[in-house]
Amino acid sequence: MERKSIIPGEIVVEGEDYLPGEGTEKRDNKIYSLRYGLAEETNKLIKIIPLSGVYEPRRGNVVIGKVEMLTHNGWVMNIGSSENGFLPLAEVPRYVNKDEIAEVMDIGDLAIVKIFSINSRGIDVTLKSRGLGKIDDGLVFEINSNKVPRVIGKEGSMIKLIKDETKTNITVGQNGKILINGEKIEDELLAKRAIEHIVEKSFISGLTEEVTKWFKENASRDVPQNKELEGKK
Amino acid sequence: MTYKRKDGRKLDELRPISAKVGVIPNADGSAIFQSGKTIAIAAVYGPRKMHPQHQQDPTKGKLRCTYNMMSFSVTDRIRPGINRRSTEISKITEWALDPVLMLENYPNKVVDVFINIIQADAGTRCAGINAAAMALAHAGIPMKNIVTSVSAGKMDKTLVLDLDKYEDSEFKEGEGSTDIPITMTPDGKITHFQLDGKISAKQLNEIIDMAQKACKEIYEIQKKALKDSIEEKQ
Amino acid sequence: MNEQNLTPKITADRIKTYLKQGKRFDGRGLDDFRNIEIETGVSKNAEGSVKIKLGKTEVLVGVKMSLGTPYPDSPDEGNLMVTAELLPLSSSRYENGPPKFPAIELGRVTDRIIRESKFVDFKSLCIKEGEKVWTVFVDIYSLNDDGNLFDAAAIGAVIALKNAKIPKYDEENDKVLYEESTGKGLELSKDVPISVTFHKIGDFLVVDPLREEEDISETRVTIGMSGENISSMQKGESESIDVEDMKKLINSAEEVIAKVRKKIEKHLK
Repeated sequence: MERKSIIPGEIVVEGEDYLPGEGTEKRDNKIYSLRYGLAEETNKLIKIIPLSGVYEPRRGNVVIGKVEMLTHNGWVMNIGSSENGFLPLAEVPRYVNKDEIAEVMDIGDLAIVKIFSINSRGIDVTLKSRGLGKIDDGLVFEINSNKVPRVIGKEGSMIKLIKDETKTNITVGQNGKILINGEKIEDELLAKRAIEHIVEKSFISGLTEEVTKWFKENASRDVPQNKELEGKK
Repeated sequence: MTYKRKDGRKLDELRPISAKVGVIPNADGSAIFQSGKTIAIAAVYGPRKMHPQHQQDPTKGKLRCTYNMMSFSVTDRIRPGINRRSTEISKITEWALDPVLMLENYPNKVVDVFINIIQADAGTRCAGINAAAMALAHAGIPMKNIVTSVSAGKMDKTLVLDLDKYEDSEFKEGEGSTDIPITMTPDGKITHFQLDGKISAKQLNEIIDMAQKACKEIYEIQKKALKDSIEEKQ
Repeated sequence: MNEQNLTPKITADRIKTYLKQGKRFDGRGLDDFRNIEIETGVSKNAEGSVKIKLGKTEVLVGVKMSLGTPYPDSPDEGNLMVTAELLPLSSSRYENGPPKFPAIELGRVTDRIIRESKFVDFKSLCIKEGEKVWTVFVDIYSLNDDGNLFDAAAIGAVIALKNAKIPKYDEENDKVLYEESTGKGLELSKDVPISVTFHKIGDFLVVDPLREEEDISETRVTIGMSGENISSMQKGESESIDVEDMKKLINSAEEVIAKVRKKIEKHLK
């Protein structure tokens, strides 16, 4: 079955050997969508890929979160989902005394964390893994979390293209928060614009060629200003 | 003497409709729905933590709708702020949308839907529900179906569809006007039904058929607006 | 609208680093406004209406006119009432309920920009001295808040007034026939007041802030100018501003406003 756009309540496909995956339900040999997005089939399993809406956290996701509150045994972090994440003291790579909690990370600080547990009590995150840690510096901005796969690309090809072209270091959180670090501001801004361009054009095929072309056209790193006035010249 | 419509429409003809989703960047989902001269805009924020805490439902997420009209949306300016009518329509809208939403996976959370009427020419609650339904889907809320709303009615003895302002509030001949806003799913489950006026059971059954047919038409427009947004057709 | 500092510290640091090099997150210069889009006549039951976008910030303004009585100390003048609502639909930061201070301030600052510049000829709104005048209502609604609702509202309001058409007054029955327009616009000064709000971030002054910039701005000053004169000013937020900085922004106001006028000149005719 070819990938197709679908709305809630629509029949995705009919046939008794199809299986209802995420975002679908099966009734009378018909697979119905319960979500808005793209319906995809893999080996008779039908699932819906959402393209919009609030970030839905999954175990193993690496996200960029913001400290909202300090408790006696950890940090409450906003990770962009409807539920906050919690970073327990025990999940920091070094020993932290209860009195130094604010020194390690204070309200308003950002960190790259990994979700290691989701249950009825809440979402727990950890700093104990490579590449995780408090963010000291960089440009952080946000895109819709559903567009993250396009920004990363197949096996990371898209994000690698952006990093190479802009000579920046980029961390893409699964929650849509993105961290860019470059030597020059122009590089960071170019990377940000490239990502925003990908988000805008995320639906087209041949996105890699489009982005390569975009970089050639925008190599000067000058941001087009005052489009209205330019047109009048 | 059959009733003739001022704008030349057939008795069972809808006003021209346009719909678009993704109109408010900050919102998790949003849509605008226009029917004739009535324009409704809706935004969804959620699922998110429910405040105040005592309103939280530990078994599932809650839907909370707020409908309001902009002061200049009508001929005689409405003082900004809520009033009894907007409070009632907010609740009606909630009841119209709730049956199709699947919020069991969001205990203690709320899905907030905000509807504002930018321009009013009757049928505002229906336009609001249609916009809200699209906005909820756009926000990725799990739902069994989209709902569609239309106002049907009776002018003196004639059955009509999609009343405009004149028909809804100014027409006074004979038996006057009866206004019947209805909301249903594409497979005929009615989630909202109101009636103001007077009508026989037989005619009411005809109204329901008329409304169902109209809802199918409007549903196609809602579906297209949602799909166009994926395919980004300008 | 800077009540809670919701922007993380490293973003605040980054914004300030960029400003040192004369740049902002969206690549603009410190004195540059975002792209401005204006659509008039968007709400047909209003006497005048405008939808204005500054980048992603979007505001809807409507003008309504109704009969009123004049204030005792100005028996031959009509009335103006400007209100603003920060709709919950425009940002997760706004809640339902009666207007809180930010909405009230937005309405009042916009009111001042219109009133103090003498943009509206209040005497022309008089129908019968001492008894009957027109009251002009300007109602502002935020549709999407990505920073700088102040300037979006002020620019939207004056353009909405420019586009407003006076409805017919049926003297015999003492009522307004809204369905019939006189086709006449309001008596307005040919100098249209434009406002610009300057925000102090670290050592820098920026105009037309994004939401992230607004969150970290320490203080702001809104200046309304019409023709060559400054007719209104309002300083907001809790930090103080140096005399030098105040003078700097007063001096750049004219140039910034001239650039804004150029961007929207077809709507000012």
